[in-house]
Amino acid sequence: MARMPSVKTSAKIASAADPYKKLGAAKLFKVHELMVRARLLEERFIKMSKGGDGFFWIGGPGEEAFNACLGLQVKKGRGVDHDFLHLHYRSAAVVLAMGARPVDALRQMRSVAADPHSKGRNFVNHYAIPELNVVPMSPTIETQYATSIGTGIAQARAKTDAITIVNGGDAGTAEGDFHSCLVWANRPALPLPILIIVVNNGWGISTETASQHGERNISDWAKAFPGMPGRTVDGNDVAESWAALEEAFAYVRQNRKPYLLEARCSRLYGHSSSSGANRIPEPDCIALLEAELLERGLAKAADFRKAWEREAAALDAAHKTAKTEPFPEGETVWEDVFADGLPPSYPTRGGS
Amino acid sequence: MAQAIRMALHYGERNLGVTEIFGEDVGPPLGGVFTATQGLERAWNSPLDERGILGAALGLAWAGGRPVAEIQFVDYIFNAIDILKLAANSHWGSGGRYKTPMVVMTPTGSGIHGSMYHSHSFDSIAAKLHGMKVVCPSTPIDAYGLMIAAIKSDDPVLFLKPKALLRTKGEELIPGEPDEKQLHAMIDAPLGDRVKWRAKWPKLTDYAVEIGKAKLAHPGGDATVVTHGRMAPICLDVARRFKSEGRGQVEVLDLRSLIPYDWPAILASVKKTGRVAFVNEETEIANFAEHLIRRLVDECFYELKVRPRLLAGKATPGIGLSPNLEYFTQPQTKDVERVVSELLAEPA
Repeated sequence: MARMPSVKTSAKIASAADPYKKLGAAKLFKVHELMVRARLLEERFIKMSKGGDGFFWIGGPGEEAFNACLGLQVKKGRGVDHDFLHLHYRSAAVVLAMGARPVDALRQMRSVAADPHSKGRNFVNHYAIPELNVVPMSPTIETQYATSIGTGIAQARAKTDAITIVNGGDAGTAEGDFHSCLVWANRPALPLPILIIVVNNGWGISTETASQHGERNISDWAKAFPGMPGRTVDGNDVAESWAALEEAFAYVRQNRKPYLLEARCSRLYGHSSSSGANRIPEPDCIALLEAELLERGLAKAADFRKAWEREAAALDAAHKTAKTEPFPEGETVWEDVFADGLPPSYPTRGGS
Repeated sequence: MAQAIRMALHYGERNLGVTEIFGEDVGPPLGGVFTATQGLERAWNSPLDERGILGAALGLAWAGGRPVAEIQFVDYIFNAIDILKLAANSHWGSGGRYKTPMVVMTPTGSGIHGSMYHSHSFDSIAAKLHGMKVVCPSTPIDAYGLMIAAIKSDDPVLFLKPKALLRTKGEELIPGEPDEKQLHAMIDAPLGDRVKWRAKWPKLTDYAVEIGKAKLAHPGGDATVVTHGRMAPICLDVARRFKSEGRGQVEVLDLRSLIPYDWPAILASVKKTGRVAFVNEETEIANFAEHLIRRLVDECFYELKVRPRLLAGKATPGIGLSPNLEYFTQPQTKDVERVVSELLAEPA
């Protein structure tokens, strides 16, 4: 499913239309840095999970190319005049690209009180960042497609170019919520500015997508709706991902209508810690990017080594911070049950 | 009651920031299958998709809106329960960072010969969606006041509309409510072509009923009946009759809110009478009132003069269409009379 390392002709690379050269070294280095940050963070989570410094791990190693390109193109901020994001648990690189801090993700992994996303209540990679319009994430694999309808309506009513972005996995598209999103986003009464993304890693936990889905491409669902663009791209390729996202963002922003984008990516450590979280021999988008840059003379191996070392050192420091922080007290479960506080007579004993 | 809900929603769309009122057949021309959204400026029709409706409401709430969504019958809400769960838990799950001000209203209960898929009650399941507030009025004025409070709430509120009461008239008028004929002429859509029709709304007020406060529907010192929704007027009639016939002073507490429920009011009444029956139309297994009975046993066992009672629906897979089946399954006036008689008669 995922792309194997490509062999490009020198003529193609030399051409002015070469998508990597078009993106430019500065942007590519930025994307690379974010991909490395996300990869190291995910690998640290896995170590923490295996070493008892946290519990369950689920994340997105293998999706960094597409997700970093996505996060960098978001119109970020708070409120309907900025993009809303309905993400799923493989989206670390998206929020890191938007400026989220690894230390906060580490706090959630350790489930400490200072975890800003959930106060130690939710799994790792389940973000909630109102300052960035990242709405609360759920481990369900599909509900984000349903909730994206609501922010989409709010933005369709507002005078804004901001849009709603929803992403999920291929397996989740079997659920009704994905199809709800398609139907609602294409209502003639009020089309919605939603960029509907499916990251297709070829697996639903332990089940091959190809054994359950007869669609040629998941993006083919767009064909049911007149005028709706649908496209499948290689999500392991930075240049292709960037260009596809750029096109999709622009379409939704300008036309205030939905776009369905499917990105085929690797899943490098399996489904989660429940399946062992061991490295899988699938194409690695970071290695692919580094090869592309080396091939074009846009970077040297030493540049990459420095980036890896710099990010690893920053991660170590962040982990050191999170490691010293206390866990939440049990009684804190009564915080936030209701927005206006817990009524004094609410039952809190857990029985007799 | 349908008119009361409609008026509250109109007050909400004009004064409380309600920008979206939607659901299946909620907009024109129908204005809701029970007409609770007729004539509203912000009401619109959605696809027949409960998950989409609730997901849309949740997204709108996160985007800063105060949406009101309708599920046409509570029987249809089961396929969307995890979206309700998400609505209920997202404030807590996000460490208090995302508020969820949304109202989901839905007709509940039996009494209209609704058969297997238009007669369900949802109380105990709703009460398990911790983080969600759950209200269920039994009178038009409470329906108005609870809807105003629900719209203002920063928490998700499930507004259960007892469908058998949606066509009933209240004893108390809503502030600003004109007489029946005048109100009908003002806000009820005419039959036939409604394209040019617009409602003329009475001058309404901010009258709210605090969520979590029960109503003392009928005072009494001999026994307590705790009820809500469709069963409340039946219990009130029985209490009045018992009083007029000299058979006992029965206190009726209309809960109005299931979550949070008014525990101080329940406790005070039961401590006064020592005798209590809980009456609702949900099935008896894992009934919401069973929790209240357990809590009473824990907190005022020695003040109970007799065992507490539960009068509830029978635990069948559905409610049968034939009137004999429905009347057998669901509590009727005679059942309330029987339970209250036994409650009063049992030696302490």
